[in-house]
Amino acid sequence: MANGEIVESFVVPVHPHTVLAPEQNEGWGRLRKAYDDAAKIIQDSGADLLIIYSTTWPSIIGHQIISDPNPEWVMVDHDFHELGSIHYSFNIDVEFAEQWNAENKSRGLQSRCVNYHGFPIDVGSVVALTLLNPDNKIPAIIVSSNVYADRSETTVLAKACRDLVKRTGRKAVAITAMSLSNRMFTEHIDPKDDRIHSLKDDEWNQKILEFLSEGRLEDVGQLSRTIQQQIRVQKVVNFKPMWWLSAMNDNRNNLTGKVLAYEGIHGAGCAVVNLNPTPSGFGDKEYDEDDVEIFTGERGVLDSNVEQESKVETSEGPALWEPTKAEGSVNTDAAPKPVGAYPHARRVGDLIYLSGVGPRQPGTNEIPGGPIHDNSGKPLNYDIKEQTHAVVNNIARILEEAGSSLDKVLDVTSFLVDMDRDFQGYNEVWAETLGKVGPTRTTLAIRALPTPIAVEMKVIASV
Amino acid sequence: MAQGEIVAGCLAPHPPHLVYAENPEQNEPVAEGGWEQLRWGYERLRDSLNGIEYDAIVILSPHWQTYVGTHFLGLENFQSLSVDPIFPNLFRYHYDMNVDVELAQQIHDKAGKAGLTVKMMTNPDFRVDYGTITTGHMFRPQWDKPLVVISSNRSSAYYSVEVMQEMMMELGKATREAILESGKKVVVLASNSLSHRHFTTESEIPEDMSKEHITSHAMHLWDMRIIDYMKSGQCQRIIDEMPEFTEQAIAETDGGAFTWLLSTLEVPNYPAILHGYGTIIGTGNAIVEWPVYKHKEV
Ligand SMILES: [Fe+2]
Repeated sequence: MANGEIVESFVVPVHPHTVLAPEQNEGWGRLRKAYDDAAKIIQDSGADLLIIYSTTWPSIIGHQIISDPNPEWVMVDHDFHELGSIHYSFNIDVEFAEQWNAENKSRGLQSRCVNYHGFPIDVGSVVALTLLNPDNKIPAIIVSSNVYADRSETTVLAKACRDLVKRTGRKAVAITAMSLSNRMFTEHIDPKDDRIHSLKDDEWNQKILEFLSEGRLEDVGQLSRTIQQQIRVQKVVNFKPMWWLSAMNDNRNNLTGKVLAYEGIHGAGCAVVNLNPTPSGFGDKEYDEDDVEIFTGERGVLDSNVEQESKVETSEGPALWEPTKAEGSVNTDAAPKPVGAYPHARRVGDLIYLSGVGPRQPGTNEIPGGPIHDNSGKPLNYDIKEQTHAVVNNIARILEEAGSSLDKVLDVTSFLVDMDRDFQGYNEVWAETLGKVGPTRTTLAIRALPTPIAVEMKVIASV
Repeated sequence: MAQGEIVAGCLAPHPPHLVYAENPEQNEPVAEGGWEQLRWGYERLRDSLNGIEYDAIVILSPHWQTYVGTHFLGLENFQSLSVDPIFPNLFRYHYDMNVDVELAQQIHDKAGKAGLTVKMMTNPDFRVDYGTITTGHMFRPQWDKPLVVISSNRSSAYYSVEVMQEMMMELGKATREAILESGKKVVVLASNSLSHRHFTTESEIPEDMSKEHITSHAMHLWDMRIIDYMKSGQCQRIIDEMPEFTEQAIAETDGGAFTWLLSTLEVPNYPAILHGYGTIIGTGNAIVEWPVYKHKEV
């Protein structure tokens, strides 16, 4: 399978001035020019997907992803309505949206797709897409910022997306619609008097931009909490876009950065910054936080009933074992624990043999798409597609640990507990994932698997 | 012209779940009911004001968030589809509302004179926020009275709850003075929840009431404390404790609506009528009426 990648990344401002009134202030005009230059860079990059993480779209139930193929409406800013209206009509990559949504769920995130006529696309996304993708040539994806999410949740959201980009061979541009310092003037001002609200905000913004121009994205990510304290007003969404953007870029510190413009809009620090994956000279990180792959919950107010229910469901299955470690064994925390004495995989020469992989989630042991029966054996409704997606993701993680990848899978034996019910859904997910790689495949119907899952795969891959 | 008056003030929360559960024809999604305690509370509020005459409704909703001063809807009519950006599965409401632009302008002018930053909103494409619409619908589903819609100035974010309170006390005073001078009879509505910590998950059937409860005991205690103050006519204590309440209960009072409401009523020292209390996706919500008409000075 072709290896997808993030071909460019951008930080862009959210306020409507760059679209509606670039001529009213020289700084706004320079931001607009930088936006236009960014559009050109995107066009030249050959990108086939724009992914926007917008800080002006807050969400409460996990993250939301637009999946309306053609959202159309008229956007008016809550504050700057006198500048006029922006008519929008965007081109959304629904397939990618749905895949990302499934991927999020398989990593323990709350996530949902949003496809409703008249859904109000937020100002940041509207401004960014209007200017970066003027003729809608490149399909786009828009994701919300969760109000309660912290670093790990935001990072896992990005990794789910990044891995999907890689797996599906996309050439994607990652964009955060955001302000740096976000304190605005609390009074109406004459446009020509606009500037950054305070010297303190300006100095912090300059520091952030210095880091970004050196390609030190992960460093800015690690400073996010400090930045929030220093130059951010407590609006609905905290300063988290740098966590997302950094994880989209493999948490790297040696990108090639360029500040295309930096100006004030009604006092807020607004910049257009381009980050290209070409390595530059600043590879080291001073420290690293948990390099989290799976979200296991940190918000502390999850509905306690729900949590208990899922615990009961998973605690009654077979006991979990530590993977065995004979020579050539490959084991990872990023895959579910075995239900017996065996390793996740074993390598012999250039070949890797995987033990049967199911959809259970590492850490939580939850089953995406739901278990097939409850503890008493009462059948439950489950989603075979989500289970199959989760299996493929687990396989990918084990292969990565073994120094291989999904596109090196040679042979698969699949086991389904209900061929009549599940073959079609399983086959659909296969077609959009492993089917694109092209391994040989055998699918068998069996009576049961050791845990309440509907699908398991046995894999052989090359290194 | 006769002197205008505020006939009643109400705390009238706006989670879109309430409209969803009512299944009005304007809302696209269909529910199997839910949140009855609160919906019955709204019913009691409507009954309580049945027979009281008034000309206009003034609403302050935390979901028209403005960072540059306080804004007022400034056109006679707004019609569109409102889709809640957070719960689009529950709220896609076709609204058609009339605005009392004259009264809005009067409050705007009065507040401006008092030193507050103000602006009229006259862009016809503007979409009215779902908080205003939900409160508007639940309070008076007939939509037959013109509204004044005031934005929520997020000064608590910029400064502190104390500064927000100062500004909202001032806005409340200006609102009251403008209403008295207008000669109109008016109901004022603060559209906000009390404790405001949400669940971060939603049950498969959103209206599954077996899943609904307050997020934590601490939130419950705060809500009950505030309700006690309202019922016993101790609104000054609410003002005094607002910074703590707002912080500890992550209360939606940060939007300023509640302080503004109490100020329009001159911080009442008579008992309010509690029409209902209930939780919505973990947040605490009370429907409360200050029956000014019963406490008119002679
Ligand atoms: Fe609200």
